[in-house]
Amino acid sequence: MTATGVTGPGAPPILELQGVGKRFTKPLDTVDHISNLLGAGLREEVVHAVDDVSLAIQPGEVVGLVGESGCGKSTLGRMAVGLHSLSAGRRLWKGVDIAPGASQRTRRDLLAIQMIFQDPYASINPRMRVRDIVGEAPVAHGLVPAREQDGYVEHLLRQVGLDASAMRRFPHQFSGGQRARIGIARALAVKPEFLVCDEAVAALDVSIQAQVLNLFIALRNELQLTYLFISHDLGVVRHLSDRVVIMYLGRVVESAPADTVFSGPNHPYTQALLQSEPKLEVGKRVFVPVKGEIPSPLNPPSGCHFHPRCPQAMGHCATERPVLRAIAPGHLSACHLNGGG
Amino acid sequence: MPAASASSPVPTLAIEGLTTRFGTRSGTVTPVDGVSLSILPGQILGLVGESGSGKSLTGYSIMGLIDAPGRIESGSIRLNGRELFGLPAEEMRKIRGNRIAMIFQDPMMTLNPVLRIDTQMIESVLAHQDVGHEQARAMCRDALERVGIASPDERLLSYPHQFSGGMRQRVAIAIALLNQPDLIICDEPTTALDVTIQGQILYEMQKLCADTGAALLWITHDLSVIAGLADTVAVMYAGKIVESGTAQQVLGQPRHPYAHALIASAPSRNPRGQPLRQIPGMTPALINLPSGCPFRERCERATGACRQVPPLHTGEGRTLRCFHPVDVPVGAPA
Amino acid sequence: MRVATALATAAVDVETPLRRFARAYLASKVATFGLVLLCMVLFVAIAGPFLTPQNPYDLKLLDVMDSRLPPGEKSGDGKLTFLLGSDEQGRDMVSAIVYGIRTSVLVGVVSTAIALAIGLSLGLLAAYLGGRFDGFIMRLVDIQLSFPPILIALILLALTGPGLGKIIVALVAVKWAYYARSARSIALVERRKEYIEAATCLGLSTPRIIFRHLLPNCLTPLLAVTALQVASAITLEATLSFLGLGLPPTSPSLGLLISNGSQYLMSGKYWISVFPGVALLVVIVAINLVADQLRDVLNPRLQTH
Repeated sequence: MTATGVTGPGAPPILELQGVGKRFTKPLDTVDHISNLLGAGLREEVVHAVDDVSLAIQPGEVVGLVGESGCGKSTLGRMAVGLHSLSAGRRLWKGVDIAPGASQRTRRDLLAIQMIFQDPYASINPRMRVRDIVGEAPVAHGLVPAREQDGYVEHLLRQVGLDASAMRRFPHQFSGGQRARIGIARALAVKPEFLVCDEAVAALDVSIQAQVLNLFIALRNELQLTYLFISHDLGVVRHLSDRVVIMYLGRVVESAPADTVFSGPNHPYTQALLQSEPKLEVGKRVFVPVKGEIPSPLNPPSGCHFHPRCPQAMGHCATERPVLRAIAPGHLSACHLNGGG
Repeated sequence: MPAASASSPVPTLAIEGLTTRFGTRSGTVTPVDGVSLSILPGQILGLVGESGSGKSLTGYSIMGLIDAPGRIESGSIRLNGRELFGLPAEEMRKIRGNRIAMIFQDPMMTLNPVLRIDTQMIESVLAHQDVGHEQARAMCRDALERVGIASPDERLLSYPHQFSGGMRQRVAIAIALLNQPDLIICDEPTTALDVTIQGQILYEMQKLCADTGAALLWITHDLSVIAGLADTVAVMYAGKIVESGTAQQVLGQPRHPYAHALIASAPSRNPRGQPLRQIPGMTPALINLPSGCPFRERCERATGACRQVPPLHTGEGRTLRCFHPVDVPVGAPA
Repeated sequence: MRVATALATAAVDVETPLRRFARAYLASKVATFGLVLLCMVLFVAIAGPFLTPQNPYDLKLLDVMDSRLPPGEKSGDGKLTFLLGSDEQGRDMVSAIVYGIRTSVLVGVVSTAIALAIGLSLGLLAAYLGGRFDGFIMRLVDIQLSFPPILIALILLALTGPGLGKIIVALVAVKWAYYARSARSIALVERRKEYIEAATCLGLSTPRIIFRHLLPNCLTPLLAVTALQVASAITLEATLSFLGLGLPPTSPSLGLLISNGSQYLMSGKYWISVFPGVALLVVIVAINLVADQLRDVLNPRLQTH
């Protein structure tokens, strides 16, 4: 298992995002333009959901992506899969730049990156039978002949721990955990190599979470999958990931092997996050809160986004944006406290 | 849990055999089945369970918020010794929001989106206390300050949509505290909040509980939150309390197979990267509970004896419903 | 509490959404009554020609000597009893009403179906494609909806003249915009749901996503609106016929019957106007009762998972 944050020698990373950014703008419409003529002074609202992020993921790696509301992790996940276009930067799959306007061949390549969604209720079509939910895409793309659809779907369902009798049923007849498995079977049906799991277990009960996480571990070994595991749950991320990337308000603040992040976090935000995390340890603890609210992505603080809440903020933290640099092999952090700039 | 005797203090909340039933198209379900617990003043009880365990409905039952087709069928709910079961609606209304307050997972269940914060808060004060408008306003201002909201005068003039999720929850807590309740029921109040904001709210709740001496019933599925917060813990499964005791006892040496397995499945209790110790199967639907112990179909220790409902064992300050309790400690933290 | 319905979900072996819907619908006695009434109306509409004692459109059968007879009277040649009386041309009221219901239902259903097809397609496309196309369609819709429906219909009918086909066209022209707007708002919500994102991820083609994934899920909330709109179309057509701009007098609808009979109300020959009026009322009420329950049952917010 490679666990470095930089591209190793030999094979290129399976997925690489270079300096990617995503801007959401709410443009001014006709009425707003008229208001401006009358002196309203309205401006376009721009949200930098993702701001200059670079990430390279090696084949077989599990990268955990962690952060709170507004950090951009879900947006980044969707950019990785191709659901969102990039406002800036490049996306490379196995070293090849994937430009928008994919041809048929590239579209089939892109089937290799799939997403597992958060909401087990909204993420499967309530009007389709399980057989079609799972079997539609592979048949449509010619991966499996139509007459073999049933057999193929049955095999997949068994692989995710569901009974073959599920095939003819509709989603509303299943529990949350079972629907999560249907979603996984659907993603596996197109033979992916890379899975982006966007808070895939967050909406599930604790005992079911354990089952689904074990399924992810088993599938990774069986099918040699690579994961980008997005979650707000530090315990889960720590358990599953080789490497952890922490984001805050659209930027990466720290990236390191999982052990390093949890035993020796460098960035003050990571430290605050770990400190606030409730732990299943016997004995009451006194909570030491981080001060301040998470700023709105519409109006992020200048310089280092975290400086208003940072207990160790210095003068130039408010004016200069810290650069994400390596402070140890494989350990990157974006903080002025590390010296340099 | 031990009831009050002549020498020990009167528990703020003492529930005995609380049973709530719902009549549905497919039959009657009993989401709260013979629940008994008690909380002393200033204590925090963590009521833990997954979805379908009946923990939220227990909270609603205490507040008397069960509507048809549900009804609280039997049991005793004593608030500071006063029996609430069977109380006429008017009497219950005087207690709700006054002696017992509730905080929900979604603060918008407490806050009216079209009213200003001060309007809502003052309304809550005036409903239960005989004070003037100005004095009520001063009380609201103080309550906001106590939950850590800066510039409370400005905030009083705002609407809920102008606040972030964490702030709204703070306002909801402030409203809960306005009438100095004896008991605060919290139904998953931090589940929807970010980790750092959750830390802030937990800090505030801890402080407030210590300052005001209110008893806290904290309902959640998150064992780690309970571990740091609660004095006593009760674990619910399929409507019944399967184990209860001090936090030390239940989290440190859980004896019920379900509680034991739940703690054992936590990622922090398993070696990194290895499959987690999991509980097989799913929670049974309440309409379709197996006879006897509801957990027996998922329990590796189940035997024929478990087809009978296990009786409640009490001892050493803890309760347990199991024929085959676990005696080994849970796996040490990884 | 909504918790109760969640608690009661028991997995049936294969429960199609249809069966689940039927169960939910029939839970209300009033709605079941409305459904029975509606079935009776439809039965009359379809089997009409076999039920009536007389074909009221066949001018050869009519005898002007039989005109304006009160209910219960026999015709001149004794072969026919006018159970509900006869109108000013000697038509049996029962037959006229049955044929009138037929026409009203036909016009209502056909115009609604066509308007729905057009409005739904445009609304879905507008929601999915967004951008300029969306803006263009919605401006059209806005312009259309800012005119009173009667006005548009009147203008169109004045230009084209009366006739069954022309009335249907006029009704479609009036109604499509409403469906387009409703379909678009529903589609905008559905489009954001994760199963549509999943379909995109899986590389399915845009037409497939719109028609196989988006459309079936947008249809259900729209059906409740549609049922009500059938009633509205029937009423609109009756109004137009009452004003004399609808169907020709040789194939009257209920509206025209009411109109023809209105001049006789003052002279006590109420049956020529009142009975068609009651028939129209029954049809509209039946549709409204069904549509009401449809709306409650199909409301996505009231549905549990």
